This record gives sequence, C-alpha cells and structure tokens, in this order.
Amino acid sequence: MKPMSAEIRPMKTAAEQTLARTFASAKDRLPGTGAIEARRASAFHRFEEAGLPHRRVEAWKYTDLRALMREAKPLAPLPDAAALARAKEAGQALAAIGARRIVFVDGSFAPELSDLADLEPGLRIASLAAALAQGVPEIVARLSGTGLADGDQAYGLNTSFMGDGAVIEVDPGHTIARPVHLVFIYAGDQASAVFPRSLVLVGEASHLTLIESHEGPDALDYQINTAIDLSVGDEATLDHLKIAVEGRQALHVSTVTATVGKNAFFRDFALTAGGAVVRNQIFLRCMGAGTNIDLRGASLLSGTQHADTTLVLDHAVAGSKSRELFKSVLDGSSRSVFQGKIIVRPDAQKTDARMMTQALLLSETAEADAKPELEIFADDVQCGHGATTGALDDKLRFYLMARGIPAKEAEALLIEAFVGEVIDGIVHEGAREAVRALMASKLEARGQV
Amino acid sequence: MSLLEIKNLEVEIDGKRILNGLNLTLEKGRVHAIMGPNGSGKSTLAYVLAGKSDYDVTGGEILFDGENVLEMAPDERAAKGLFLAFQYPVEIPGVTTMTFLRAAINAQRKKRGEAELSSPDVLKRVREEAAKLGIDPEMLRRPVNVGFSGGEKKRAETLQMSLLEPRLCVLDETDSGLDIDALKVVADGVNRLRSPERSMLVITHYQRLLDYIVPDVVHVFSKGRIVRTGSKELALELEANGYAGYLEEAA
Repeated sequence: MKPMSAEIRPMKTAAEQTLARTFASAKDRLPGTGAIEARRASAFHRFEEAGLPHRRVEAWKYTDLRALMREAKPLAPLPDAAALARAKEAGQALAAIGARRIVFVDGSFAPELSDLADLEPGLRIASLAAALAQGVPEIVARLSGTGLADGDQAYGLNTSFMGDGAVIEVDPGHTIARPVHLVFIYAGDQASAVFPRSLVLVGEASHLTLIESHEGPDALDYQINTAIDLSVGDEATLDHLKIAVEGRQALHVSTVTATVGKNAFFRDFALTAGGAVVRNQIFLRCMGAGTNIDLRGASLLSGTQHADTTLVLDHAVAGSKSRELFKSVLDGSSRSVFQGKIIVRPDAQKTDARMMTQALLLSETAEADAKPELEIFADDVQCGHGATTGALDDKLRFYLMARGIPAKEAEALLIEAFVGEVIDGIVHEGAREAVRALMASKLEARGQV
Repeated sequence: MSLLEIKNLEVEIDGKRILNGLNLTLEKGRVHAIMGPNGSGKSTLAYVLAGKSDYDVTGGEILFDGENVLEMAPDERAAKGLFLAFQYPVEIPGVTTMTFLRAAINAQRKKRGEAELSSPDVLKRVREEAAKLGIDPEMLRRPVNVGFSGGEKKRAETLQMSLLEPRLCVLDETDSGLDIDALKVVADGVNRLRSPERSMLVITHYQRLLDYIVPDVVHVFSKGRIVRTGSKELALELEANGYAGYLEEAA
C-alpha cells in the first residue's frame, strides 16, 4: 500500500501563512526585476508546496523548524539613525584582526560604517541590493541560475526574500592579504526578520580570507536567515570564518554553498556561541580534481540553546581530500546536532575524506546528536568518520585543582583545550588569536554565572 | 603547633573501609616517611589530604596549621600550601605546560591576596627551576605530561613543587617508574626544598628512595593505620624482613 503521509499536506502554520502574506506584499519592492523576480517567485512557490521543514524531512530531522518557528516576523525596515548609532560598536570582538569592515545593519548595507577606501587591486566589493537594482548582468545571472542548495526550504526562503548583502569579487591571480570582514548586526528596536545574501567569487589562483560575524541584542526574538554563495576558482584559496554570537532569543539559519575548483583550497570555520536556535548548513561540491577541503566548527551552548550543523559534501571528481572536525560544548539543557553527509560519486576515485564530531557534555540534561552519512559509489577511496560524546574528565579536573586552580577555571582550561584543536586550524594568525580570545571570554563569563 | 595533625581518621570508598583510625602528627621542618605494603591505604591518605572527592571521610579530622582541611576544596588546600606529588601524573592534551604553570602559580597568589606574576616573570622563574632539574625547555611548550616518560613526569611534578613553594609536600610513590639516575635527580630536587619551614610526607613501598631522601621518622602502615613508628633505621629493617610481620600484627 502506498504510504499516505507523503501525500498529505498539513494545514499551514501561522508562520507559513504570515510568510505568504509578507511575500505577496513585499515582492514588488524587493531588489531586482526580470530573471531575479522570476527566481524569487519560483523559489517561494516551491517553499509554499513544502512548507517549513519539519522532523519528517530527513535533513531537518533534529531541527523541526515548523515547531521551533512559531511565528514569522515582518521584514526589517531600513535602519534609522538610532539603529545605525547602536551598530557602531558591532564586530569589535574581532577588531584586533585589522580586517576591512563591511557593515550590514538589520540586513542593509551601511556605507557610513564600512571601509571601502583604497580597495586592493583585483578586489571589488559592492552591495547586493544595489547590484540587483541596477541589474548587473553577471550578478543577476549568478543569482537567477540554479544553486547547490535549491532543494532546501530554508535556502529557498532566503532566495525568495533576499535583501542586501555583499558581492565580493577577486580577480584571477590576486592575493588579498587583509581579511574582509562582513559585519552583520541586528540593531532594530522591534523583532523582525532579515534575509541577507552574499556572493563571493574568488578567481583562479587568488587568495582571500573572509570573515562573517553575526550579532544582536538578547532582548529581542529576531530572525536571521542568511545565505552566502562561494565560488573558489581553480588553484585558488578561500578561508571563510563565520562567528555567530546572536542574541539569546534569536533564530539564526545560515546556508553556505560552495563550489571548489581544481587544486583549490577551501577552509571553513564556524563558531556558534549565541542564539536560541541556530542552523548552520553547508552545501559543497568539489568541481575539479585535487581540491582540498577543511571544514571546522565549534559550538559553545548553554541554557536551552539548540545548534545544528548539517553538511552535504559532494565529491564529484577524482583525487580530492576533505577533512571535517566539529566540536560542541554543551551546558544546561542545550542540544547540538551534527549531520554530515559525504557523497563520493562513481568518478571520484582516490577521494580521501575524514569526518569527526565530538561533543563535551557539561550537564546531565544536555544532548548531542550525531548523524554521519557516507554515500560512496567509487571503489578506490579512503573515507572515515567518527563521533564521540563525553563529559569532562574528573581526574584532570582534580589534578588542576590540586595545583590551586579553582573548579570553574580548571573546567575552562579543559574546555579550551577541547575546542582548541578546532581553532588551531584557522590559518590566519590574527583571526585565530581573536577567535581564541573570544572563546576565552565566553568561558570566563560561564565561570562567573 | 604542629603543621599537620591527623586524628582518628576513618575513610571509606564505595562502602569499603580503607583508613581505620589513623593518627599522625607532623611538625614543621620534619620529613616523615610512610612505608607499607600495597593496599595498606598509603595512596588513599595522599588523595584524602589533597581533597579527591571519591573518598568518604566517615570519622576523625585533619588539621593543617590548625585549620580543618576537610572542609576545603582541593584548590583552597593547595593555596594554603598543601602539595601532592602524584604517583601517576595525568596527561592533559591541549593545555601547554607553561600555560598550566602560570595558571597554577597565579591562582594560588590570587587566593592568598598576593599580586599575580606577569607572563615574563613566570617564564623566567620556570626556566630557572627547570634548568636545576635538567628539564628541556622544549618540554614546557608541550601539553602537560603528554608523551613524557615516567622520569619526565616525576621531574615535572618536582618542578611544580619547587615553583609553588608549598609548606607540606606529600610525595606519593615518587620513586615508582624511575631508574636510578632519574631517582637521584628527583631526590636532589626534593632535598633542595627541605627547610625548617617545610614539612614532607614521603610515601613509598621501597626503602631505596629513603637512601636519597633521608627521613627524620619512619611510620609503618598496615590496614589503614600506623602500626609502628621509628627512626630511619626502621626502613632498613623493613627492607631486610619485609612487611609480613606487620600484616599479622594489624589483623
């Protein structure tokens, strides 16, 4: 007998109904016309058919967005003077890096807070909303074509509502030494929804370090659905760091898509230390032989925080190497989810893929779920995965305390040591030290509670 | 006043009695050895002094400089000047030896109301003490005890002891796992720390260590309490005759 449940479309939730009303009223004033308008419409049509992802959608099994997203907030208005003033201090935790700051306030590019002076040769940075409004052909073509994550409802929602974001292009053969830092801050005084979308094209044999940070107030239950499409050319290197320290009540859904060319390096690091519900998804495809992929993540969670990392890594051609290392530290009743799917297609011989996820549980009520999946269709490959879950080692804690180190400080040292392995992989020294310092300050705050 | 007074101490682990009415008094500046067969409760005493939480103290008291240490967390005891050199020092991946030493020194100073030392000051002191113990500076950059040989671990324990300048050193089977050369280096390090202000409790199974760290008093431990106390010659007698006679005596 045919299963019935697949055919039945339950009644729309309040959030889904609000999203439909919002799209109907906003679609004419969202940036872009023609192909972009059509792309938004088809993406929203697909979203309406499927609705918010829920636990029976395998990729969202542990993060039931239909249940977690009770209501959909209205789109954020343009930031007013007060919001811009509040945004001035954004991204300061990473100031020591000395990166070029490009600031987005409530999803809108804020040129007065950004540094676009003296762009290095070969580097171009623009506002996505401006590029779409002007109908820049290459950008329109990129964003109206099919994407790696088109089947995903959250990415589809972003495509439907995409507002502003950065368009960064590095011409072939350029090494941009100074990192570019996209600073996203929620500074509104009402809770609303923001859909940033960015596009990064790193040309052949070029090198870029791109940092993204997300932050906002603890008092508002704002909603961020952010997406970034990365294209790493042949022989190029892209280091992408995402530091998400959202407010305590925020919903943060993030999609990274990346296509990586022949002999290219793509390194991605994500730190999650805020937000009520966070979903980090990465869809990646190795397009050419000999790519090197290094994906890392660390989550520091407490209270009732929920953070989900979901990877889909597609080895389409031969001879690529990928490494994934994700660690979470869970206090209170927090929950971490890791889903990592590695696909090795029939032609992707000599693929070398290794995935590891580790959770450190600091309380009896925390929960870590890990679901590695390997889909291997080639016969000459090396693929491995591992998952561990454990508590702090009492013997180590006692040893540190026996030397005079108080309990919370001893625990902080051990937690830092646990997460340190992930941070060690950040290649840019300034960024690595800034992330380490940020993490230490988060752990210190834990000690004071 | 005695530096350490243990009165009628009774300790259990998982309902099993390990220390059985132990009495021990240690004066300032004195070195006492505790010898006894395996399973007699020597290491339990060391852990209970340091404050390991796996043990239940069901009776008696421990006074350190007149204060009841049983009410103190392990870090408070350490800051008061109580130091346990572990029989099996643990490995701590991801925490460099230098970071650990700085954290320990400054945590203790902070608790005693003293100014914290700057990183360069700590580095200088650590290097000086490490050199005296023949510790390769490269070791200080490695994670705590990770990949250290048995001898290196015991040297590292001795280094910590020199840096933290405790008033009471409890050495738990410091000789285990050491060859004779390493034993001499560690014993020299310990002997340099002997002073009229500092007491030591040297726990060992074998007399050999006591050739190098010569005690003022030797206690024989059996079934969780002291069954005999004598001078350093008592250790030689034990070496010759073994513990067999004491096992019967305690029964």
